[in-house]
Amino acid sequence: MQDRVCKRCGGALQSRDAQSLQKVWAWLLAGMIAYLPANIYPMLLTSTLTTRSESTIIGGVIELVEHGSLGIAAIVFIASVMIPVGKFLAIAYLAISVQRRSMASQHERHRAYEVVEFIGRWSMIDVFVVAILSALVQLDTIATINPGIAAVSFALSVIFTMLSAQAFDSRLIWDADRTQQ
Amino acid sequence: MSAATLPPLDDLVACPQCDTLHHAAILPVNARAHCKRCGIVLMTSQPAAMARILSLALTAFIMMIAAVSFPFLTLDAGGLHNATSVIDAVLAFNDGYAFPLAVAVAFFIVVIPLIRLGALIYALGPLVREQKPRSGARTAFGLAERLRPWSMAEIFIVGVTVALIKLAGMAAVTIGPAFWAFAGVVVITVLKDQLICRYSIWEALDRAAR
Repeated sequence: MQDRVCKRCGGALQSRDAQSLQKVWAWLLAGMIAYLPANIYPMLLTSTLTTRSESTIIGGVIELVEHGSLGIAAIVFIASVMIPVGKFLAIAYLAISVQRRSMASQHERHRAYEVVEFIGRWSMIDVFVVAILSALVQLDTIATINPGIAAVSFALSVIFTMLSAQAFDSRLIWDADRTQQ
Repeated sequence: MSAATLPPLDDLVACPQCDTLHHAAILPVNARAHCKRCGIVLMTSQPAAMARILSLALTAFIMMIAAVSFPFLTLDAGGLHNATSVIDAVLAFNDGYAFPLAVAVAFFIVVIPLIRLGALIYALGPLVREQKPRSGARTAFGLAERLRPWSMAEIFIVGVTVALIKLAGMAAVTIGPAFWAFAGVVVITVLKDQLICRYSIWEALDRAAR
């Protein structure tokens, strides 16, 4: 099937992506590595007349809880902690199950893949929150908010895991019952 | 099934997600066909879909230009005043190490949505007027579909809402016309993407080219 192209859209044809799992693991590891500094370093640098403070992802969530905005705290926590970590686990599980040629729960695994593909982009919420806050709160000496280095590593982590999910060839889930060639 | 017993290739559809082969059928109006193994939607049939997709894409394109040009949010606190546009939000990551992020954010919230809309308008425009497709119409439509996950306007609007609630009580924030234009772009894009049936559009592109 090498070197053939689709007669309709001109895309390269490939029965199965033989390097799919390699790419998945590579992007996934890159995403996990970038996720560490994203949690250690500050996301937001806030300075007012009297104070200077730095807040990390978790710090921002705790602040919101203390302000009493539980709903918003939940959105940020889900988007910045639960979705990325859940995605790492889900992609790793899918890749391992394909490597072991598991035939169990193919429908559930396929659903898991669809959920991961759909939901991963939503982690970007926190990056956009930082962008809009630091654009808006620029009141000279009274109060300024600036983005921290964690915003960059967090965005990279989300982009890497999105690429990892896209590299996964979902057809491999259904190939386990075929005889090995 | 051996190749000899297969019906002509044009009558077959392979599921993009799990590769199960199906016979392509002509669907009754407003019907959906699902893959029988993994359940994703394979094709839908809505006779007026093409014209609707085109009109929604044109609307969203114009509103996106408004969303970029008008003031987005204005902040007042302690006698100081700061108006922000979408472009300022992008440029927030302007200093030094974060510059690549500014570029990425610009692409996610403005450039990629505009490219997708432009490509759709380019590819579908002649089809609605029952003319031959423009050269490169296939590339344009393929591009619009491939970029779909990277267009994050709707996520940006949720992020803005979170930011507004974080600021509530600390400063007076006024919502500008660009905010509503942007929210409009998001709603219209969702409606438009729901109408897109890749299979029918590729079929239409093929038919029109003949």
